[in-house]
Amino acid sequence: MFGAAAMTTMLGLPIPLWQRLADGLAVTLQLTVFGALLAAVFAFLAGFARISRLRLVRGIAFGYTEAFRGLPALVVLFWLVFALPSLGWQLDPLAASVIAVALNIGAYGAEVVRSALAAIPPGQWDAATAVNLSRGQTLRMVILPQAVVTMIPSLSNLLIELLKATALVSLVYVQDLTFQGQIVRAATGKTAAVFLGLLLGYGLIALVLSGLMRALEHAAGKWAGRVVNS
Amino acid sequence: MNFDWNVAWHSVPALLDGLLTALLSIAIGYPLAIALGLLLVFPQRSARPWIRIPVRVVVEFIRSTPLLVQLFFLFYVLPAFGVELSAFATGAIGLGLHYATYTSEVFRAGIESVPTGQWDAATALNLSTTRTWWSVVLPQAIPKVLPPLGNYAIAMFKDTPQLTAITVLEVLSAARAEGAQTFRYLEAITMAGLLYLLVSLVLAWLARRVEQRYATTRGIA
Amino acid sequence: MTEDFITFRNVSKRFGKNVVLDDLCFSVRERQRITLIGPSGSGKTTILRMLMTLMRPDSGLITVGGDQLFPADEQQVARVRRRMTMVFQQYNLFPNMNVLRNITMAPMKVLGVPEDEAVDRARKLLELVGLTAKLSHYPSQLSGGQQQRVAIARALAMQPDVLLLDEVTAALDPELAAEVLDVLRDVADSLDVTMLCVTHAMRFARDISDQVLMFCTGKIIESGPPEQILEAPQHERTQRFLRSVLEEV
Repeated sequence: MFGAAAMTTMLGLPIPLWQRLADGLAVTLQLTVFGALLAAVFAFLAGFARISRLRLVRGIAFGYTEAFRGLPALVVLFWLVFALPSLGWQLDPLAASVIAVALNIGAYGAEVVRSALAAIPPGQWDAATAVNLSRGQTLRMVILPQAVVTMIPSLSNLLIELLKATALVSLVYVQDLTFQGQIVRAATGKTAAVFLGLLLGYGLIALVLSGLMRALEHAAGKWAGRVVNS
Repeated sequence: MNFDWNVAWHSVPALLDGLLTALLSIAIGYPLAIALGLLLVFPQRSARPWIRIPVRVVVEFIRSTPLLVQLFFLFYVLPAFGVELSAFATGAIGLGLHYATYTSEVFRAGIESVPTGQWDAATALNLSTTRTWWSVVLPQAIPKVLPPLGNYAIAMFKDTPQLTAITVLEVLSAARAEGAQTFRYLEAITMAGLLYLLVSLVLAWLARRVEQRYATTRGIA
Repeated sequence: MTEDFITFRNVSKRFGKNVVLDDLCFSVRERQRITLIGPSGSGKTTILRMLMTLMRPDSGLITVGGDQLFPADEQQVARVRRRMTMVFQQYNLFPNMNVLRNITMAPMKVLGVPEDEAVDRARKLLELVGLTAKLSHYPSQLSGGQQQRVAIARALAMQPDVLLLDEVTAALDPELAAEVLDVLRDVADSLDVTMLCVTHAMRFARDISDQVLMFCTGKIIESGPPEQILEAPQHERTQRFLRSVLEEV
């Protein structure tokens, strides 16, 4: 059924080049997933630290969020890849990439977490004290479940920003989707098609991620006792 | 290897040259983002789905895909269509296009934040559409849009290092060149980072000033 | 039983220039039912919030069952909080938990009551407040009056020695307020708790309390049994206040 031409090309692109794009997609997805996980760790640590009773802890978290919201992710990435080795720390480029995007998105995420925690009505803290919950119990059982629901739309936007930021790693020779796209472009000269295809690919991933986050929002809403009219 | 302040200071003039380029790209890109963002609001509020939906899809698409790839697209593809622009112009336009999708969302939210009762009241007073927009809607929407617009100006500045990928000689390009010359990337990139941080903080301060200024002149503060 | 259980000695509190409590002294004996009345801003809620350790005085001494508050070590605070609980004007139910969980969570997590026992107790309390049918509802599915009744059950589930009621019907329509007050009358009849109650519902105050304190600008200007304060007030300010409250209803 398949002719020889169909075996070696698809949509006018040789199969090995498709293979490259698939590899790149896998790297981009890995970066997105691990970057998001690490960013979430930074965001929640720093976000909670911002409401700590210890001044030092609050100060460190404030310093982190201000610094990394002021520094371009690409500069952080370059610093980790090109500057850090001269201080005797050689990071794997993939690890450096994950850390760079996570530091950046995590700082914005911390702000989301902080403001969501601050938006919980003070009456909830009062009521928790009135039934003698400890601060930790109050945060875990009362404040966080309510705050998470209000965080999810903003965190969802940040996830898309993180996906977009992963494209920067191609500039430090990490072989993500954008990097492989460049290779394919150079090999075929089909510039417009390749870049449009790349953009569509990212758009599609973004669509899937937003869909997942909406499902998560719905589930969290139920979990937090927000009754959806039905 | 230790951080050598001498080397670091030597890189500063080149970095400042880069900074000037970066700020110029913002000076062109940001007004473009504002103007285009405003233009994009109206089709997105259209009652006709065949206008509203395609525009929304395109806006959403541009917003959720990497600026870097969009820059490559403009840089490599435009010449193929006979549009010969300098790398700098391509970069500024790319930034403007990308951020127009953010600013249009800000304008849309700002306009929608004006309660419908205000429109009703304007109709009840028989104000013209222009008068309603100019005297009722915009004065209430502007204080809402200023803070996010300020944030996007800063965000745009922080995206200027990506212009290095299309050969614009901005701060990061300058740092790379300095590093290549001296074989000391540590100092050059660290100084570049400090410079970005400094300018971001200054821009944030300026944005707050503008907000406050607007609020006090309008008696909203 | 004459020993003072709660004492306020020379307690002062100000918010900015606004003096909320002015060198206040009073005491409450165990199982006493005290109603605090007076114009808004006269410091009644502040007293309850201080007892619940939600707010600290600027100066003065507060003791509960022999434990001093402010300054207090953690054990003292823990002992006081263990004995004390509060019902709020805005109910403050936990919206992320259903009715049953709202009531059982703290006894299980704080007092270490086993789950089946906590559920048992919650069911009894829901019977008392007339809401057995709403066990698995979420707060957002309940009326204000129902939410407040759940809040009362939640407070009682902690088996407090002292129940602080802060304008518990102020946010409710008259009809819903009545059902909450009925529940509280039952509570007052059936349980041996000390009650401090801030309210504008004068008939309720007369029914449940054995002492009424009239507050004005951070001071107690008149106090005594309800019949005396509510029917034959001596102070001109109290007379004026009661007239205005009665007109409202």
